[in-house]
Amino acid sequence: MNDDNDPNNFNPRDNYESSKQAVGYIPRKKAYQADYDRVGFKSGLEVHQQLKTKKKLFCNCPAGLYNPKDEYDAEVIRHMRPTLSELGEYDGTALMEFKTRKQIIYRIKNETACTYDIDDTPPFPLNQEALDIALEISLLCKLNIVGEVHIIRKQYLDGSIPTGFQRTAILGIEGEIQLRNKKVKLIQLSIEEDSCREISDVGHVRIYQTDRLGMPLIETVTYPDFTSPDEVREGAEYIRFLNRSTGRVNIGIGSGREDVNVSCRGGSRVEIKGVSHNKWIPELTHNEVFRQWALLKIRDMLEKKVKNKSLWKIKSKPIEPSGLDLTWAPVQEAKNKKFKFVVINLPHFQGILSHFTQPGKMFADELSDRLKVIACIEKPNMLHSEELEPRLSVEQREKIGRMLNSLKGDAQILLWGPEEDIPTAIETIEERCGLAFEGVPRESRKSFLDGTTIFERVLPGPDRMYPDTDSCPIPLDDEYIEAMKNKLPKDVCDRYSQLRKWGIPSDTYYYILRNNLVPILEKIIDDLAIDPRFTGTLFGHVLKHIEGRNSASPEFCYERVYKLLKFLKEKGINRELAKSMLPLIYENPRIDFDSVLSAVGYIKIPEKKILRKISSIQREAVKLGITQEKGAQERWIMGQLREVALGSVSMEALNINVKKHILEEYSREKDHD
Amino acid sequence: MTDDSFQGYQGRALAALKKHSVRVWGKVRADTTRGVFEGTILPRSESDDDQHIVLKIATGYNIGVNIDTIKDMQESGYKKANYQIPEKEFPYSDDKPNIKLFGTGGTIASRLDYRTGAVIPAFSPGELYGAVPELADICNITTEKLFGVFSENMGPKEYKILAEAIGKEIKNGIDGVIIGHGTDTLHHTAAALTFMIQDQPIPIILVGSQRSSDRPSSDAALNLMHASYAAGHSDIAETMICMFGPTSDEYGFLHRGTRVRKMHSSYRSAFRTIGDIPLAKVTRDSVELIKSSYKPRRKDKKVTILPYFEEKVSIVYYYPNMRPDIIDSLVDNGYRGIVIAGTGLGHVNKPLYPALERASEKGVAVYMTVQTLWGYVHMYVYETGRDMMDLGVIPAENMLPEVAYIKLGWALGQTDDLDKVKEIMLLPINDEITEREPYNGYLIYQGGVPEVEEFIKKFHK
Repeated sequence: MNDDNDPNNFNPRDNYESSKQAVGYIPRKKAYQADYDRVGFKSGLEVHQQLKTKKKLFCNCPAGLYNPKDEYDAEVIRHMRPTLSELGEYDGTALMEFKTRKQIIYRIKNETACTYDIDDTPPFPLNQEALDIALEISLLCKLNIVGEVHIIRKQYLDGSIPTGFQRTAILGIEGEIQLRNKKVKLIQLSIEEDSCREISDVGHVRIYQTDRLGMPLIETVTYPDFTSPDEVREGAEYIRFLNRSTGRVNIGIGSGREDVNVSCRGGSRVEIKGVSHNKWIPELTHNEVFRQWALLKIRDMLEKKVKNKSLWKIKSKPIEPSGLDLTWAPVQEAKNKKFKFVVINLPHFQGILSHFTQPGKMFADELSDRLKVIACIEKPNMLHSEELEPRLSVEQREKIGRMLNSLKGDAQILLWGPEEDIPTAIETIEERCGLAFEGVPRESRKSFLDGTTIFERVLPGPDRMYPDTDSCPIPLDDEYIEAMKNKLPKDVCDRYSQLRKWGIPSDTYYYILRNNLVPILEKIIDDLAIDPRFTGTLFGHVLKHIEGRNSASPEFCYERVYKLLKFLKEKGINRELAKSMLPLIYENPRIDFDSVLSAVGYIKIPEKKILRKISSIQREAVKLGITQEKGAQERWIMGQLREVALGSVSMEALNINVKKHILEEYSREKDHD
Repeated sequence: MTDDSFQGYQGRALAALKKHSVRVWGKVRADTTRGVFEGTILPRSESDDDQHIVLKIATGYNIGVNIDTIKDMQESGYKKANYQIPEKEFPYSDDKPNIKLFGTGGTIASRLDYRTGAVIPAFSPGELYGAVPELADICNITTEKLFGVFSENMGPKEYKILAEAIGKEIKNGIDGVIIGHGTDTLHHTAAALTFMIQDQPIPIILVGSQRSSDRPSSDAALNLMHASYAAGHSDIAETMICMFGPTSDEYGFLHRGTRVRKMHSSYRSAFRTIGDIPLAKVTRDSVELIKSSYKPRRKDKKVTILPYFEEKVSIVYYYPNMRPDIIDSLVDNGYRGIVIAGTGLGHVNKPLYPALERASEKGVAVYMTVQTLWGYVHMYVYETGRDMMDLGVIPAENMLPEVAYIKLGWALGQTDDLDKVKEIMLLPINDEITEREPYNGYLIYQGGVPEVEEFIKKFHK
């Protein structure tokens, strides 16, 4: 046990480890459902999906064209200012973003952005093609379709949209999706314009490019029905497959992004933003639920330590860095930039700063993250009394403590930044520490590859909605909806059971659904009467393998596989040969199949002739000492024959014959004996 | 229930609300053939159809429910929204100039109006301070709402009220005047005030916004800061328009009220000085002169107010094949002045000549301007021009068509004597006619040219 009354005896590393244990943090690989039930894991999804349209949602710019970030024709500068919502309230995020006083620069390339994109022209009518696709997906989600679409402005003051708001509209509410073991309810589906891509965010300047801006996007929002990290991922995959089952959505990098809402029991909704790969979801949600659990532990500790939290106050003082004689390079750099230095005392915060929050992170990181985002001070922006690798010596820490008249059990921070940002920085520290008494702040967080997250902004509420006075409502009449219902693709859950019924191995499902291959499988199986299992693995194993190793030609489409199988069937060539032919076709989709046949060295040999070869090859095997132990001889003979046999005889038939032959030989030998 | 309970709802939608005993701002559950929808009933824009009811659902979004799909609808609560900019008392400090802000309407300060679906003006020093607190660092502001009209509804009556009100403020010793105004006819009002308020000792600045102040990216706040700084601190005692220079949030221009025009329907940088260069560049804490000649600020409280306007004046935009009956009908309807925006150097077709001659005979003042906007009327160059002058058409030099219209109305408001009118028209009050056109008074860059592209890329648009 550490002696809390003696700062010299306090060991941050021990505190970090013991707090991690007290929280009950375990790596995800070792976690069971019971662990998630213990902390009350709860999660919901907001799945974003770009629609495949020719034009953007509210203007006539081409959709889906991207420019390299340093290629632009002009720049425009904007500042964002909070405005009232329709119900007469200011939004919390809006006020925070205003505090950061960011200068937003938009880079414009003429071919991908127009005056609408930079908010110098009012919107054109909503893209009908996009509305069609979004409505089709809404119906697949079994949503209650609205009678009239109302375009709303949703405020975003981070600058990611030059207007300061996103034009968005609800198409349906209250739907559901069927996962393996449960139904998950959907809150709503909206159609919206995509935001800018961020290029950089340093100090008070944030730069965006405007090519992606305005592309049609849908957002499917679920209720917080997920109770484990893997279940969240399953839900995300399902919605992604559902969107793709229309064949009318974009599938490239960044075309599907998830915001994942997570909370623990007693925690708050925290949104992990812009997760572009579903496989990252489990680790991120796992860590987030434990981060919240840790913050609740911190709250409980503070409740015990601080009798009257309304009297709790920080104390700050400017300091000359020379007085501390710090040689650490970032501090030297800050001194060179003429930054101001401030020391802050946090009463009773000993043991809190080094308290575990996420793997490799502690409460102090929550402070530093906010300094970067809200006060715009680049990291490293602070040192404190509980570093695991102390940059401040015991003497330096004591000196700071004396300056602030700190008491035993207090913690101290040394922060620095441009003079004009210091007041916001001090406010930010006080605000975040104050929130520690409440538990888990509602915020949105940015994710990292290692599964941890950092503060991005305060979570906005419904107070950022405002009707778009530039657009008219769009009625959706029954005839339009009924006509669309008649041409809907099959449900994803039905596709799963179809795949199972076909007897296709389950390790191919992900690939097949991700690429929306069920319709083409169906066509091959029905039209060409080809074995479903063969067809499924041809895509889910063979083609997947080829994709991983070869570079795709942009002209390749799955329809070519159908054409290939049809060609083989008509020529009376065994379909097995498709496996050898596919790599070439994948790279050169336009090549004619006859050329591929000669390229893979196919010569039609009568089946009998091939089967006759078995005995001579078997003899050779015996000569080489290859016995039938563990089926070695059989494999060797198959290997010798594969190349000549491919296309002329099915591997299955050949294998039966080889087996038969070996069996006969062995029994003959036995007879001899 | 009062009328207010059904704000904007008409016909069948109104009947549906009444049938189910629900009202605007009521929390309802609607059971429909498309499923259940729950939310708060919002007012509806009067221009929308009578087939739908608007709901704000729990997530903050709005949706419409078709009344024909409703099986049942129940109200379970009521909460009226109060859309109000938070009012804070505008702080006063002795060391800052005193500015008067006159409100006329428009988008400089605005809030939502459900009836039209558009934004309506909201305005008081308290609201203004609540929305743009930075103003208190620039000046002391008092406000007066003279009328709440959209820019296109501003006319002679409003010009006169404004001129008188400003005159009164000047006599009370104000340091600067700002007029909040819709942007569409901002330049008409600027011209009118230039003529009606003469020899003032202080800056009079008209300002608007191209993006209403209910939007986070609005130019209203920055325009207002620029205008406040210029009104309180600049040395230019003229009637000016203050609007964005580039479309970026960087700086504004002060344009002379007689040489400025709205040149784009939606750009923030829509206002441009035509045939000259702007007076100055303005930021929230500086005014940088571009033009060296201007009327400087004075310490006295002297001003001449000339609130005259003849409403029977028209502007005719000439097009090929225009028939003489256009001119005839103006004359027959008792119009006393016509400004023609002619083609090229100031021309109309021959069939119009008899009508012009008739107008002249009937004592109608006819002035020629150019629809090219840049450049002078030159009626001596071609014979047709000389013919027209013989018919009594008077060239208005390089006066902008809208400015000529305002000035002719103002001149005819003062006298019936056409010689006197001509004297007034051709004697410039503040550069509505200039003796010379500087070479950089006409700059319309064309994109695509390498050097222009380089410039566009390097400097913020």
